[in-house]
Amino acid sequence: MFDRRLIEHFDWGLLVLILLIAGTGLMVLYSAVMAGWQGTGLHYLFKRQLIWMGGGAALMTGILVFDFQKLNKLNLFIYAACVTLLVGVYFFGQSGGGSQRWISFGGISVQPSELMKIALIISLASIYATKVSPEGLNFRQLLKPAVFCMIPVGLIVNQPDLGTGLMLLLIAGAITLFVKVEKKVILILGGLSGCVLPVVWFFGLKAYQKSRILTFLDPDRDPLGTGYHIIQSKIAIGSGMITGKGFLQGTQNALAFLPEQHTDFILSVLAEEWGLAGCTVLLILYFLLICWGLNIAYNCRNLFGSILAFGITSMIFWQIFINVGMVMGLMPVVGMPLPLVSYGGSSVITNMVGFGILLNISMRRFYTS
Amino acid sequence: MVDLPKTKERDWMKQRVMAASLCVLIVFMLLFFRLVYLQLIKGEEYHRLSETNCVRLKSIKPSRGLIFDRHGELLVDNRPAFDLVMVLEDTGSVPDTVSLLSSLIDEPYVDLMEQIQKAGTAAFYKPIVLKKDISRDQLAVVEAHKFDLPGIYVEIEPTRHYIYPETASHLLGYLGEVNKKELESGMLPHVRAGDHIGRYGVEKSFESYLQGRRGGRQVEVDVNGRVVQELKTVAPVPGHNLHLTLDLPLQQLAEDLLEDRDGAVVALNPANGDVLVMASNPGFDQNDFIGGISTRNWQALMNNPGRPMINKTIQAEYPPASTYKILTAIAALEEKKIDGDDTTFCPGFYMFRGRRYHCWRRHGHGHLNVVDALAQSCDVFFYLAGEKTGVDALAQYANGCGLGRPTGIDLDHERQGLIPTSAWKRERFNEAWFPGETLSISIGQGFNLVTPLQMAVFTAAIANGGTLYRPRIVTAVKDVNGHLVREMDPEITGGIPAGRQTLDLVRKGLTEVVEGDRGTARSIRIKQIEMAGKTGTAQVFSRKTGEKFDNENQKRTLRDHAWFVCYAPAENPVIAIAVIIEHGEHGSSAAAPVAGTLVKKYLGLPGPEESFDAAPEG
Repeated sequence: MFDRRLIEHFDWGLLVLILLIAGTGLMVLYSAVMAGWQGTGLHYLFKRQLIWMGGGAALMTGILVFDFQKLNKLNLFIYAACVTLLVGVYFFGQSGGGSQRWISFGGISVQPSELMKIALIISLASIYATKVSPEGLNFRQLLKPAVFCMIPVGLIVNQPDLGTGLMLLLIAGAITLFVKVEKKVILILGGLSGCVLPVVWFFGLKAYQKSRILTFLDPDRDPLGTGYHIIQSKIAIGSGMITGKGFLQGTQNALAFLPEQHTDFILSVLAEEWGLAGCTVLLILYFLLICWGLNIAYNCRNLFGSILAFGITSMIFWQIFINVGMVMGLMPVVGMPLPLVSYGGSSVITNMVGFGILLNISMRRFYTS
Repeated sequence: MVDLPKTKERDWMKQRVMAASLCVLIVFMLLFFRLVYLQLIKGEEYHRLSETNCVRLKSIKPSRGLIFDRHGELLVDNRPAFDLVMVLEDTGSVPDTVSLLSSLIDEPYVDLMEQIQKAGTAAFYKPIVLKKDISRDQLAVVEAHKFDLPGIYVEIEPTRHYIYPETASHLLGYLGEVNKKELESGMLPHVRAGDHIGRYGVEKSFESYLQGRRGGRQVEVDVNGRVVQELKTVAPVPGHNLHLTLDLPLQQLAEDLLEDRDGAVVALNPANGDVLVMASNPGFDQNDFIGGISTRNWQALMNNPGRPMINKTIQAEYPPASTYKILTAIAALEEKKIDGDDTTFCPGFYMFRGRRYHCWRRHGHGHLNVVDALAQSCDVFFYLAGEKTGVDALAQYANGCGLGRPTGIDLDHERQGLIPTSAWKRERFNEAWFPGETLSISIGQGFNLVTPLQMAVFTAAIANGGTLYRPRIVTAVKDVNGHLVREMDPEITGGIPAGRQTLDLVRKGLTEVVEGDRGTARSIRIKQIEMAGKTGTAQVFSRKTGEKFDNENQKRTLRDHAWFVCYAPAENPVIAIAVIIEHGEHGSSAAAPVAGTLVKKYLGLPGPEESFDAAPEG
């Protein structure tokens, strides 16, 4: 019945990495929300984050119980359920910040676009697992995954949530390239999108939408909005220097110079208080985490599991890359949380589910199908 | 599962994972080097900036586009306004500073403190506006006591300035502060909280052109708030300028002529629909709206019985009265119910189903044809013509002539008027149409409602041979360097559904109104040119003969509205005008002289501005 090998093969290393990062995240979040906090006891945002983390950990443990290969069989069902939820957002969704993204179940709000990330990864892994070849995928083989990808992307961009929509494309792109695509296909697709984009730009978009995209690409267009975030963020990071100002000592953070310092810009709080040393530690932890994920993909004796592990890892990777790049002024400002560090329930849950699947694959890595 | 030999599969996997790892390594190296750059190389500089907490944002408002009349005369521009702001971080004791400031500039302490409380305390570094648009005297006092007022600064903001207060106020419109809902809609990407946007008139309709784009500066300041250096500046883009079709001198004359009477004047160029005059009296001073109108001023405007906030040229609907006889004539002629030679005998009344329908002239007009009937505004003739044509055919022609539908002018809140049909009445009142009502309709009484602008467009179309133009108020939008951004071409919206013969007859009748010896507007005849027009008197209330009113004001508001529409010169028209004077009683005496004076001025005709004689009319 219960296989002892599962416990022997449990990936303690990955768990320790996750706990280290989550611990660092909680410490930085504490600093970010306690600054200027006049109330007694813990800040409610911090408490809520603890609750999310606890819930996420429970979910992660639950995922370990069943064999991840069940996901391969259930993939169509999971995919359909998530797309249904996305469609449901149109009819029963709650608005927030000008777009409908949440759907409510008995007091708990979920953001289907977050769940969709995992569902899409499972679907793509399932599709590609039967199509791997040393030459790479050709056009015909790419048709089905493209359709699976464009349905949720279209729905999410319409919410409108351009950031998450692009995120899905990035993850799907990474998985597809990982599986390998024929050179010819890459060249043709690249050329084609080069032709289509100008047409969409000139005929498909309204003036204010164009303006938003331009600001997205070049924050200097909007020196008082996103441009301001960036300069304040750079000051916070830079002023940390080598060792930082110390725990709870960040001035930029405390004086509310930093907008959104507990969500997307939380890295600047860490950088200000712990300096280059602290940031380097976090970057190394993240780097190890990504390498660990790739290693799980490499060691899995099952193609579905390998591609699934790679997909989850790429999801974590893109979040880190975009968030850190944005906060340091290397990239346009988009809403992108830092995994396990930024405040936010959807992000915590999605990432924890992802880690659950990774752990699951890792402990069953010696199974063959 | 694909049937890859085990070793081949491992090779494939190894190759893919290695490639991915390489990408990950490169990205993390990039992030790490960026970190080193920010924290080691630029660290000292950023540390200094953070120590003094000294990066401030200064928004640079764009200047709003200017508005010119057709001759290039500036109507609306911008002036500098001085706003008093406070930066909490730079202020030692807020109550002390505010109390000193309060005594210096003579503004209540509580008002100033309220602004600070409203702003909240989240952002110590953000300037809070204490008082907008302070006077020159207040500015001088604040500047003189600069060092006693830490954290208090003066910011200069471009502010709207209406050069001719109360002139064309309804057409030009005014500004108001943007609200939260509008900001959240995402339709105004360049507008921020506290900005003013067009709320009415041209200012609103052409908001997107006038607005411009905000710029900004990030500056480093010292502990006293003085700017040490600029970190980055993005220049604002000024709004585009509007060139209106409005003729300022003519507009001013029209407003003078309305004086203290409630009413409206529209003058169009019949050749292209250009709005030369759009006057609605009483008006308001747009400058009162700058920086938010005071409650007292607003109440005064709202309680004014003359309804100054209504643009009477497009938002007020009136029974067209005898001016509608033009339409009845067209419909009856086109439907072949009458022709130019038919004559009708007017004994002073028309017996219809046992009821007497009176002509305004009690002892009758005698025999007259359609030209005479228009000239003398005979009611009996049009009762008959309308009765033969029928209410639904009349309505069809009215719609074809642009009545009862919006003209499409680029202004908000345009009313469409009302042209009744039998079906409309059934739906509205669940009642059949009474034939007697057709008689009322034929002479422009009853359910009919039109706006002065509709009548002007209709008149202009009669003048130009039948073309209905969409009234144009802006000819060109130009950028700050004078380059054309957008040009508005004249736009045809339809044509009067009438043949040449019909139009010629109607035009002849309208010329006789002014030029004929028995014409109802003969008193405004001008020596140098021939004019064509039509008078009208719209019943506000059916008075019983001999009824007396005690109250003088009540009596006034029960008087009839006076209409006059005209074009000139009759042969080769260059201007078409519609005038309505509320409770002006007779079109000939109250409204026609206004139009006559405008025509003379527009055509540059010499001669003293003699007053026109009044003549009775229907």
